[in-house]
Amino acid sequence: MRFKAVIMGEEEVRRALVRMAHEIVERNKGAEDLVLVGIHTRGIPLAQRLAQLIGGFEGKEVPVGILDITLYRDDLSEIGLQPKVRETRIPFDLNGKSVVLVDDVLYTGRTARAALDALIDLGRPRRIYLAVLVDRGHRELPIRADFVGKNLPTARSEVVKVKLRETDGEDRVELWEKEAPSGAHREGA
Amino acid sequence: MRHLLDFQGWSRKEVEDLFETARLMQEVLARPVKKVPALQGFTVATVFFEPSTRTRISFELAARRMSADVVSFSAASSSLEKGESYKDTLLTLEAMGVDAYVIRADAAGVPHQATRWVRGAVINGGDGRRAHPTQALLDAFTLLEALGSLEGRKIAIVGDILHSRVARSNAELLPLLGAEVWCAGPPTLLPERLPNVRLTPDLEEALKEADAVMALRLQKERMAAGLLPSLPEYVALYQITEERLRKAKPHAVLLHPGPMNRDVEVEGTLADSERSLVNRQVQNGVAVRMAVLYHLLVGRKA
Repeated sequence: MRFKAVIMGEEEVRRALVRMAHEIVERNKGAEDLVLVGIHTRGIPLAQRLAQLIGGFEGKEVPVGILDITLYRDDLSEIGLQPKVRETRIPFDLNGKSVVLVDDVLYTGRTARAALDALIDLGRPRRIYLAVLVDRGHRELPIRADFVGKNLPTARSEVVKVKLRETDGEDRVELWEKEAPSGAHREGA
Repeated sequence: MRHLLDFQGWSRKEVEDLFETARLMQEVLARPVKKVPALQGFTVATVFFEPSTRTRISFELAARRMSADVVSFSAASSSLEKGESYKDTLLTLEAMGVDAYVIRADAAGVPHQATRWVRGAVINGGDGRRAHPTQALLDAFTLLEALGSLEGRKIAIVGDILHSRVARSNAELLPLLGAEVWCAGPPTLLPERLPNVRLTPDLEEALKEADAVMALRLQKERMAAGLLPSLPEYVALYQITEERLRKAKPHAVLLHPGPMNRDVEVEGTLADSERSLVNRQVQNGVAVRMAVLYHLLVGRKA
């Protein structure tokens, strides 16, 4: 892969998250009954940061859960590799809650669809929002995000890499170009 | 792994990875909706040439909890009665599009042979005296849950070791996880040798300082075959009682693969006590078998 550009630096990631946190509070009219659920892997630290920001504005602790969508992927019977199942931990009741699903990149929409299925199996939220740091387009399903850090029009041959302090040691969003076209693509990468 | 026949060629890492998946499957089983779509589109057949209730139901639930379609074959009500061979039975199922076969047979080696006949994944659901790997996996998983680690732990397996596929599979698996396995039973029901384990007719020696005790089911036909003088004698010498368990470590737990002859292999009050993990074994069986099906099937169709 060939590196193309830095799309967001540390400060831009911070500002985008502050803005998203404000938007979430505004749309939800406060933090009442609000819970955040991060999708493995990088959705988890993003959800934790958003929760911390919202908690700071509203003076209220916002619960965070983690969700693994591996068992809900719609390509499990076709892929050549066996994806590792990871932990799902929702340590609160989802019934009647406003849930913000958090992920790093929104691409085809298949991860978001799987996450919706998984969440609905875990309880009956009052409503579900979707928050993503980067929306890179190319949806294959009728799904859109409610809160977006940055809209980034991309080509399918490009790859968006989100790096976060907690998982990668730095906050940065990068754009890369795939060397050879490939049929396989995963959301965000 | 392509098939699960026994533990030959398995590494400790493979077992630990499987157990990690099983732990995550436990979380699925604790949800209000105990079902995920992971195996949607796959068909699992339980092919039981020998009767079984718990293993078959456990596998069928495991497959259904992951949205696989399940077909069930049992020898008693089948064309096997009309003379159809094992091979033809499996080829018939193969022609119907089965992806995984859970095979139980009274003859050792049938699951192994089946891997030459069918393209799908073969899981040994117990063959003769040879192996019952998913039972050993759920036993080890339950022991790990109770003891934290099996490294250096002493596990005593008690009863009819000679005829037990459960004992054989545990004798393969538990040492792989670092445990020291002792097998105790009447001299007529002990094999001459079993690799990796200590064999003894002395129950007290096996129980001494044990971290866990696994009692095996005593099959009544062993008495008819003259291998045991009488049931009362077996009970007197080999039943796991609360008193005998005092020889083991204070935290020692009790396992039994079931079905249990109450007050024969294990004293009834002990079977119902907090030290007994019998029900936990059954519960863990579904999660462990979900993990086995997931590891065998996902990624296979590509």
